[in-house]
Amino acid sequence: MKVIQKNRLALSGNEAVAYAVKQAKVDVTAVYPITPSTAVSEKISEYVAKGELDGELLLVESEHSALSACIGAAAVGARVFTVTCSQGLLLMHEILYIASALRVPVVMAVANRSISAPLNIWCDHSDAMDQRDTNWIMIFVLSVQEVYDRMIQAFRIAEDFRVRLPIMVNYDGFTLSHTYSPVDVLSDEEVSPFLPRREPPFKLDPKNPITLGAVGNPDYYMEAKVQASKALTDSLLVIDEVDKEFEKKFGRSYGIYRKFMMEDAEIAIVGMGSAMGTAKEAVRRLRKEGKKVGALILNIYRPFAYEMLAKELKDLKALGVMERALSPGGVSSPLMSDLLSTLYLNSINIPTMNFIAGLGGRDITIDDFRKMFSELELLEKGKSKRPYLTYVGLRSEEREMVL
Amino acid sequence: MSKFKLISTIKELPIEEGFSPGHGLCAGCTIPTIIRMVTKIAKGNIIVVSPTGCLEVSTSVYPTTAWKIPWIHVAFENAAAVASGVKSAFSVLKRKGMIVDDPFVVVIGGDGGTADIGIQAMSGMFERQDKVTYICYDNEAYMNTGIQRSGATPYGAWTTTTPFGVKSIGKAVLKKDLFSIAIAHKVKYAATVSIGYVNDMLKKLSKALINTPSFIHYLQPCPTGWRFDPALSVKIGKLAVQTGLWPLLEYENGKVKVTVSLTKRLPVTEYLKHQGRFKHLFKKYPQIIEELQSHADELAEEYGFSPLVSTPI
Repeated sequence: MKVIQKNRLALSGNEAVAYAVKQAKVDVTAVYPITPSTAVSEKISEYVAKGELDGELLLVESEHSALSACIGAAAVGARVFTVTCSQGLLLMHEILYIASALRVPVVMAVANRSISAPLNIWCDHSDAMDQRDTNWIMIFVLSVQEVYDRMIQAFRIAEDFRVRLPIMVNYDGFTLSHTYSPVDVLSDEEVSPFLPRREPPFKLDPKNPITLGAVGNPDYYMEAKVQASKALTDSLLVIDEVDKEFEKKFGRSYGIYRKFMMEDAEIAIVGMGSAMGTAKEAVRRLRKEGKKVGALILNIYRPFAYEMLAKELKDLKALGVMERALSPGGVSSPLMSDLLSTLYLNSINIPTMNFIAGLGGRDITIDDFRKMFSELELLEKGKSKRPYLTYVGLRSEEREMVL
Repeated sequence: MSKFKLISTIKELPIEEGFSPGHGLCAGCTIPTIIRMVTKIAKGNIIVVSPTGCLEVSTSVYPTTAWKIPWIHVAFENAAAVASGVKSAFSVLKRKGMIVDDPFVVVIGGDGGTADIGIQAMSGMFERQDKVTYICYDNEAYMNTGIQRSGATPYGAWTTTTPFGVKSIGKAVLKKDLFSIAIAHKVKYAATVSIGYVNDMLKKLSKALINTPSFIHYLQPCPTGWRFDPALSVKIGKLAVQTGLWPLLEYENGKVKVTVSLTKRLPVTEYLKHQGRFKHLFKKYPQIIEELQSHADELAEEYGFSPLVSTPI
């Protein structure tokens, strides 16, 4: 961490997360190290050791226990945080469902990383996509500034009584976790009133005993699950509201998604994460060449803003979806499946292609995006010979499935 | 904590209950007994964490609950981790002046959730010296799922996954030694307890609440899984101790001591004969009974019990 000027620091993504945790005055942090998210726990340990963060640090023996401890602490009313990725997130998987069903506001940062085997420490979104039905709010970010801002917002959203759901802030492993950027940070005096302490609606309290984590038989189970699911859908409003308030107070916001040169675009690519920064550059260059292209960066993956997205995409002539995850044996990658349902439900019939790119940290270059846009151009004209599911930068004998 | 008093007889327990009747545990199950005792000793100033298991499914079927004190269940293998989180939250919130209470945090879980799937979380909690009391009610198999062997199932016992037959004597290996495992973590206090020795149990529960991290290993005679008359639970608990198979021990200040010594030690057959899970040993595998007797003899030597096996009264 280097001070560039007042309230502007040089931070890595991991340091930005830790800095937000310190400013949020998190009560209980429970962590287990895993590359590339480890530096977050190291930094928080340092804050605690120096007395800069008055919180309990539980250095547990697994990610499974990290999230379990967060649930226990949040059930008492503490503000809690954990961080992980990849295998660690998968080990937590079972407990993710329980955190959301018990309606405890856990905030978790995920430095997205691929899943073994083969063992690989580099970025893709397979780890997060494996959690997409766990009823968590899932935020994806494009920059280090954004991960800091979203982390601050996350506590506010999760603890809102209309939400009371856990949140996962996804930031690309290495690309964001280890890259230093200038970050405009808020002062502690600005963060405190933005994240007020509220008495939770229920908590473990000897004076007012509750039973938490009860058995729900067929006569009640369905209602419990649907209520939590509905709360997730409805949280979109709160996410947007908090983002707008953040903008009003601090001058920055991100929206549910953001559009880049989409106004008159005929061909667009939708995607999430830092690679969309590269997509923006490709769009900028193609625009100079007179191509009517655009990019839509999805920031909030769950809840999925399908109604809003349908309106944005309906007038396109061709749509590509770039995703850093697979859904083996399925119709398409996870985000693509969501978008296909969105298009169908809104009777939007535009040619689409699913681009799988950047698995296990493989580079996604400006040239790769140029190729994707060219292919979409061919698709629009009915001249594409490639299958609907196409792999970017793959070495394969089957040339037609590779861009 | 200053008001806390060590309890050593039932008469000293407050009348207020932390646990209600009407739960769904089996007739003859003695899990409610230890829960009532520990919640009474804590005078309701307690948070109980339970892993998935008999206790959990029988006491918390929505919209009812048997718990009059705060209780949380998250999953099967993580009760100790949840308890660490609960305790740390109380510590920090009290320090920050946001709450006034700092209750006892107690895990009450079965042998599966403790000796097998939950041992990692428990080991972590002990190693961190988190201020939690862990009580394992050990009914020596996965009773909630219907009597499958666990790491705590004793040698020779029948379960649905260790049936006896020409190629099987029942469970072919010894029970995991949880008491020693806890001690190896340098917990502040550990003890074995039995439903047959209630005053001994009360004293140990009192100590376990205030000397944390602590571990209580409770042999929980299970009429359903062990195949005996539900009226005999307390007797079976006593016989386990009197045959030397379940020594009543205490670990304190770095030393293990025997809290109930045996001057008259009964043969192990006195304990085994009441239980259907050992029936096949009497018919087909007398050598296993001899091995179990040798095991009890070894324990007797270790803990200084009567070397002689007395004739049953």
